[in-house]
Amino acid sequence: MSHYPRYKKYRPRVYSKRMPIFWWVRKWPHARFILRELTSVFVAFYAIVLLLHVRSLAAGPEAYANFMAWLQTPVALALHTVALVMVLYHSITWFSLAPKAMVLRVGRTRIPGWAIAGANFAAWGLFSLILAWIVLTV
Amino acid sequence: MPETITLEVFRYRPEEEQEPTFQSYEVPFRKDWVVLDALNHIKDEIDGSLSYRWSCRMGVCGSCGMMINGDAVLTCAAFLETYLPGPIRVEPLANFPVVRDLVIEMSDFMEKLNRVSPWIIPAEEKPVSEGEYLQTPDELEDYKPYSMCINCMLCYSACPVFGLEPGFIGPAAIAIAQRYNLDNRDAGNEQRMEVLSDDEGIWQCTLVGECSAVCPKSVDPAGAIQRYKVTATTEWWKSKLMPWSQ
Ligand code: SF4
Ligand code: FES
Repeated sequence: MSHYPRYKKYRPRVYSKRMPIFWWVRKWPHARFILRELTSVFVAFYAIVLLLHVRSLAAGPEAYANFMAWLQTPVALALHTVALVMVLYHSITWFSLAPKAMVLRVGRTRIPGWAIAGANFAAWGLFSLILAWIVLTV
Repeated sequence: MPETITLEVFRYRPEEEQEPTFQSYEVPFRKDWVVLDALNHIKDEIDGSLSYRWSCRMGVCGSCGMMINGDAVLTCAAFLETYLPGPIRVEPLANFPVVRDLVIEMSDFMEKLNRVSPWIIPAEEKPVSEGEYLQTPDELEDYKPYSMCINCMLCYSACPVFGLEPGFIGPAAIAIAQRYNLDNRDAGNEQRMEVLSDDEGIWQCTLVGECSAVCPKSVDPAGAIQRYKVTATTEWWKSKLMPWSQ
C-alpha cells in the first residue's frame, strides 16, 4: 500500500474535447486555408498533364495528335479553366506569403514586405513571359 | 445602450458533472467594462464558484485568455460593447484540457517552452567583473518583436495543427526560441535547432496563419516559424554540401 492517501474525489479530472473533422467550416480563415491546400491538387493535375504530354510526344505522331485532340474536348477545356483559376489562386497566395519567410536587409534597413513580394511577382511575370514567348513564337 | 448583457459561461465541475454545461448570467452593461470585469462581477455578486485566471487586468500578464464567441482573446482587452447585443459566449482556451470552468491545464505549454532553452546561452561565460554583454539598438531590433510575447497561449488556441497534433511544440515556443536565436549575445542556435527541427517542431506547421492573427502583442509567431524553416533548410543544405563547415 502506498503511503499516500489514494483519494480520487477531488483530483482534477480534466475535460478534453476532440477537434471535429469539419473543424474548418466554422471560420472563414480556416476554410480559406483548406481551400488553399486543396488547390495543390490542381497543381499536381498540371504536372500530370505535362507528363502525359511528354509521353504522347515520345509515343509518336499519332499519339501526340490524339492527345492534342483530347485537350480540345469540352471536358478538357473545362478542367483547364478550373485548374487555371485554382493554380492562380495558389500562386498568388504563395508569393504574397514570401515576405513572412524572408527577412532581407540592405545594411541595417530591412527591405519592406511589399518589395519582397513585388520582386517575387515580377520574377513570376518575367518567367511566364519568356515561356509564353517560347511557346507562341518558336 | 442596454441596461444588461448576458454571458453564457462554460462551466465544468469535475466533482459534480461528467460533461461541461453552459450557465447564463445577466450582468450590468457598462461601456467601460471588458469581459473580465463582467466575470469579476459574476464572481463577486452572483456566483462565487466560477473559476478563471487573471491578474494584471491590462494585457501584460497573459493569464486571462479565453474563447469569446469562438475567438481566442485576452478577456481584459475585450470590451463588452464589441459584442452587443449579446449574448457573449465565454469558453476556456480551445485545444487545452480543462481543469475547471475557464481554467485550462497549461503544464504541457510550460514544458515545451522550457524545451527551447528560453534564456541567453553565451558562447563564453564572462565573469561578472567584466560587466554586461553590450548590444546596440539595431541588434535589439532583430529580436525585439519576439521578446514581446506574454505567454498567453492564444496562439495555441487558434492553431488547428496544435489542436489536431498536441505534440506540436507550437507557435509561441518557436517565436520565443527565435527571440534568443536572433539575439547577438546568444550562441544557443544549434542546441535549439535540435528541438525546433525535429518531428514535433517547425515542420508540423502548415501556415494557417491564425496564430499571428490572434496574437495580442503582434509577435507574429507564424512569421517566426516560416523564417526558421528557411534557416533550418539552409543549415541542412550546408551540412550536406559543405560538411567541413560544421
Ligand atoms: S506569441 Fe502572441 S499569442 Fe502566442 S503566447 Fe505569445 S503573446 Fe500570446
Ligand atoms: S489579466 Fe493580465 S493579460 Fe489580461
